[in-house]
Amino acid sequence: MKKRPMTLAEKILATKLNRPYVEPGELVEISVDLTLANDITGPLAIKVFEKTGINKVFDPKKIVLVMDHFTPNKDIKSAEQVRVCREFARKYGILHYYEGGRCGIEHALLPEIGLVGPGDIVIGADSHTCTYGALGAFATGVGSTDLAGAWITGKTWFKVPETIKFIYYGKPKPWITGKDLILYTIGDIGVDGALYKAMEFTGEAIKNLSMAERFTMSNMAIEAGGKVGLIEPDKKNLSYIKNRLKREALILKADKKAKYADIKEYDVSKLDLVVALPHLPSNVRFVKELPQKIYIDQVVIGSCTNGRLEDLAIAAKILKGRKVNPNVRCIIIPATPNVYYEAIKKDYLRIFIEAGAIVSPPTCGPCLGGHMGILAKGERAVATTNRNFIGRMGHPESEVYLAGPAVAAASAVLGYIAIPEELGLKEED
Amino acid sequence: MKKIKGKAWKFGDNIDTDVIIPARYLNTTDPEELAKHCMEDADPAFASKVNKGDIIVAGRNFGCGSSREHAPIAIKACGISCVIAESFARIFYRNAFNTGLLILECPEAASEIETGDELEIYPEEGKIINLTKNKIYHTKPLPSFMKEILEDGGLIPHIMKKFR
Repeated sequence: MKKRPMTLAEKILATKLNRPYVEPGELVEISVDLTLANDITGPLAIKVFEKTGINKVFDPKKIVLVMDHFTPNKDIKSAEQVRVCREFARKYGILHYYEGGRCGIEHALLPEIGLVGPGDIVIGADSHTCTYGALGAFATGVGSTDLAGAWITGKTWFKVPETIKFIYYGKPKPWITGKDLILYTIGDIGVDGALYKAMEFTGEAIKNLSMAERFTMSNMAIEAGGKVGLIEPDKKNLSYIKNRLKREALILKADKKAKYADIKEYDVSKLDLVVALPHLPSNVRFVKELPQKIYIDQVVIGSCTNGRLEDLAIAAKILKGRKVNPNVRCIIIPATPNVYYEAIKKDYLRIFIEAGAIVSPPTCGPCLGGHMGILAKGERAVATTNRNFIGRMGHPESEVYLAGPAVAAASAVLGYIAIPEELGLKEED
Repeated sequence: MKKIKGKAWKFGDNIDTDVIIPARYLNTTDPEELAKHCMEDADPAFASKVNKGDIIVAGRNFGCGSSREHAPIAIKACGISCVIAESFARIFYRNAFNTGLLILECPEAASEIETGDELEIYPEEGKIINLTKNKIYHTKPLPSFMKEILEDGGLIPHIMKKFR
């Protein structure tokens, strides 16, 4: 078999399979480098696993359990679910079990502590597992049964996806982040625009993004239906994994002549700050083009999408010396203990508290309507999270507006969906 | 696979897993408990109206969003025998097969069938008969690998067959 040009997704799969190439549409069985579950999907995977009567996992070092969704445990049932995971971890010697003060939001935590790296095959029983695509990992969400299957065999199956290439060029305006780029993209192609497909994010504007922003973009690939959201490893990526990843990274690039299902190009210099209106992440508008003021009751800055230090830095810049609007509850959730600690050292938390914001411990919490900021009937929130489906953050008649940290923080001060310019903030620096 | 007969319940495009089973109920994995809240945020009375064997019919991208397997489990446990949609989100698609919920992709059926229509489904043949409208639709054939999983009774029995 001769080689042939491949997209990044194809290249990773072929390399790991030790084959010259793979073709979109074919089914492959592949070994996984890491598997992940949380306090919601873990108990179900454990139930499935234990039913098989097999009392050995494929590799206790390659199983990660992160208790991040309903923690600190919000009720008795949630506490029971965490107990199931904890006991499983003890029984099978699972090295990477995270709970309490060592625990952060899974998709912020795993890259931060060096559990995932370029070229890895990762499946996680959480749809935002695609976040690790920012590192160049073929990482995707699966259900609990698929995960339990991998715990037994160390393998999973994939249909090799076709790839859509997204090229971003131009210099973004102030305050624009990766969140605006990905929301704009989802607005363009729709919530099933990349269904069953790999997304490959590339171009000079991607090169200029911080790793935090790249994680944000790859994180939301699933919101367009994508299987993975890949970014080619570069210098920034390598310096991020240095001192984190404790194994050799597999650095792969897409071939120039690879065949793509589609190629989309965006001039990011034309983008303004965006917001996704209820109830789909594709319902995207430029904030400055909203026909009327949309008053809000809550702001959430956090989640696996935008709970990193860089996101808090933007929020701090805007909230510094200002007050959260009296009609608004502004909830800020550092994604991991390390982000929390760094935010203390950088004085962000003092800025937040002085502004009248609430700082929560790391948790998925309100993003999925778990706890720590549930909306009442008719209430509206601006959130830096990833989904604004009906009932996502609380009552089925509440509303979630998705945005980046700049819009969220400016809205917290003004009490309606706003951009930093409305506070007289012209430049980002 | 046996013939299925039931009444249709129609939903729109992009029915996400938060609507199928809201996260506020995810502090349990008990199918019966999950079934009580199936489709609650789209139709609060759904779980109480459904009869065993009934069929969900929906538009594009059914099951998008979260990877929660609680979604197909809730649908199956509340008595639904099959979901017909124009297309399915990929994680839901896998989860449905893995948990033994029959799903069929059929854009024509998905657009024409209305709530209350009596349907008869022959999964092996990929045939859906709308008894109310007197029409026959043909589904996309199941990929052979997915058929293998279904015939083995789900992913785990399929794996165990090879693993033992």
